[in-house]
Amino acid sequence: MFGPLIVKAGTSKNNKTGSWRTESRPKFLKKNCIACKMCRVICPEGCITGDQKNSYDCDYAFCKGCGNCAMICPKQDIIMIKEEAKE
Amino acid sequence: MSNEPLFSSGHTACAGCGQSLAARLVIEAAGANTIVVNNTGCLEVFSTKYPETAWGVPWIHSLFENAAAVASGVEGALKYLGKKDSINVIAQAGDGGTADIGLQALSGMLERGHDILYVCYDNEAYMNTGIQRSGLTPFDSNTTTSPLGAQSLGNIRPKKPMPEIAMAHGIPYVATCSVGLTQDLQRKVKKAIAIKGPKYLQIHVPCPLGWRHEPGLTIQVGKLAVDTGLYPLIEYEYGKLTGARQIQPKPVQEYLKTQGRFKHLLNNPQELAKIQEIADNNIKKYNLKAESQTGS
Amino acid sequence: MKEFQEGSKAVADIVSLCKPGVISAYPITPQTHIVEELAQLVADGKLNSQFINVESEHSAASVVLGAAATGVRSYTATSSQGLFYMAEVIFNIAGMRLPLVLTCANRAISAPINIWNDQQDSISLRDSGWIQLYAEDIQEAVDLHLIGYRISEDKSMMLPVMVCMDGFILTHGIEVVDMPQQQEVDKFLPSYKPLYKLDVENPISMGLLADPDYYTETRYAIHDTMKDALTFIPKVTAEFAKVFGRNYNGLLEEYRTKDAERVIVSMGSVCGTIKEVVDELRAKGKKVGLVKITSFRPFPAAAVFDALKDIPKVAILDKSVSLGSYAPLAVEIKAAFFAKKKAPKIISSFVAGLGGRDITKDSIKEVFSLLTNKERPCEFIDLKPELLRESYE
Repeated sequence: MFGPLIVKAGTSKNNKTGSWRTESRPKFLKKNCIACKMCRVICPEGCITGDQKNSYDCDYAFCKGCGNCAMICPKQDIIMIKEEAKE
Repeated sequence: MSNEPLFSSGHTACAGCGQSLAARLVIEAAGANTIVVNNTGCLEVFSTKYPETAWGVPWIHSLFENAAAVASGVEGALKYLGKKDSINVIAQAGDGGTADIGLQALSGMLERGHDILYVCYDNEAYMNTGIQRSGLTPFDSNTTTSPLGAQSLGNIRPKKPMPEIAMAHGIPYVATCSVGLTQDLQRKVKKAIAIKGPKYLQIHVPCPLGWRHEPGLTIQVGKLAVDTGLYPLIEYEYGKLTGARQIQPKPVQEYLKTQGRFKHLLNNPQELAKIQEIADNNIKKYNLKAESQTGS
Repeated sequence: MKEFQEGSKAVADIVSLCKPGVISAYPITPQTHIVEELAQLVADGKLNSQFINVESEHSAASVVLGAAATGVRSYTATSSQGLFYMAEVIFNIAGMRLPLVLTCANRAISAPINIWNDQQDSISLRDSGWIQLYAEDIQEAVDLHLIGYRISEDKSMMLPVMVCMDGFILTHGIEVVDMPQQQEVDKFLPSYKPLYKLDVENPISMGLLADPDYYTETRYAIHDTMKDALTFIPKVTAEFAKVFGRNYNGLLEEYRTKDAERVIVSMGSVCGTIKEVVDELRAKGKKVGLVKITSFRPFPAAAVFDALKDIPKVAILDKSVSLGSYAPLAVEIKAAFFAKKKAPKIISSFVAGLGGRDITKDSIKEVFSLLTNKERPCEFIDLKPELLRESYE
């Protein structure tokens, strides 16, 4: 007989850490993005995807709203908006 | 092979956690053909709480101090199976798990020459258990076991020179990194992985909770530690200093003022001078001061 | 093939025949000869194994944990302080359900420091989830290692096995041993096929954090598997008998207990001495016998009950003591009879042999003579009162 023992890859995706956000979330303006990829690189959740210019977005199911992406964007093309904000 | 990301979202690290970012960057640089052995600590706890794991590579956690030894066993088994040449082994731990309780196992692993990359995530205290002082806690840092008090200005000891201790074992590669400089970090991981033998990487990872800084400033704070000379980014190969990232030194206040753990120093010129001396000594020792304007 | 062999060398030889892929150990008396012998076999190219000299027992156990987790049969050996140093890894290995065989060359525990035999070391880790088998002589020590790997790696078990052999007495003693041949070993012990392992083709996470919602079931599962081991161990020893011709019950042995009025229960090499005394006393018409416990974990309570229920007087001889309470084996035996309709009238507990003090035939005879209608809760045999003082004033 075995109890809880080993786990297969990727099951953390069941945990939607986006529910942690209370204050703010990032908004990807997609206007002046130069596809430097830094937002994708530095996201501690690894939840930003994108390739071409103005194609970057985060998965709000996981985004904790830390704000590192907004701070790092060299073009200020990511801003932090209030979590309650509609769009 | 799994189609899962090497390090998934959904882990329970604090918002803005430098270590979670560094862990993802390390495994992405090392690739899918990697087995990871983890000590107990923040990274282990927030990435693998049953039944959830963020890891898309084979991963094992045993105890607080034995990742280097467990990894030695994994490496030995792979050697026995004739698979070591195609599979990387990474042993990783926090600063406490490396410099304090894990020092013995690490030293043994380095001395025996195992083909393992050891990664120390240095957030400069025992963060997982509540921000207690470790051997890598910087001078004057306010932690729960070296607290600010009527008779104390925080931690009274300098950081244990772990890179030099690792280097003294005569291993092929030792490097310090910062999660604030992501390209440099991944370059060093790739370089280390390509070398046969024991390698030691120490990555400075800001901790918004323990250092008391804004969660969105993780990268900035990391960069400032490097730019002040307080966290030199260096490389040793077989005991020789072969790389030192050049900086235009910023005064230490710029780094210290971003974090609550150093707040008590800002109006204390005597202590500030001591910290500046640490930075200046690093700059001199490793020759960090940039000659020209370039060097970023 | 029969040879006159030192216990340590015989154990090294059987371990070598089991072909472990990774061996890691740290030297401690009296385990040293086992590991030195294995090192020599590797150095001579007779054993293909990664031999990893570690800087402590904690790391030795960690190395074999990592190797077993990577799907490779592994081995380590230790004693006393070394076993305690690796104690948290010991619990870890069982909790992670990794197969392993570890030789514990039983030795007394510091302080005071003492390198000679008693069973306090392995006994003190009885809660760890390891199967613990105690050897009476060198032949049994050899056989239990082979049996141990077979039990440990079975898909129904996946529990580590500690083979306990009395330090110096069995490790440094020399006896006639019938050493199995490689073909026989290969017939009895298939190559290790892991249920789970660290494999880049199939990435899994091992050793996760289990919060209160998950932890209990991991312990229950081991507890339940231990119960299954009570039936599995005799199955394996029966298979062993078919290949090697030596019969072990695996759980316990009843020696001349059929009509016995007084029986001693004990574990390990002292059972050899007890058997000799039993034979001597039987020759004089005394109805005495021995129950030798082989498997201390899982504890064979039902088999113990069957073996002793009709015996009027039972003496338990422990080579360890739970300071502040009773002797460990005695406690387990008594528990087997609690609230049972049939039980010995007297179950007396005796402690002897601590720190390597010889248990002679006279000591055994004294135990039998002290097995009277007066029940003794925990009596030290061969105590030297002249070494005791009431105070240090």
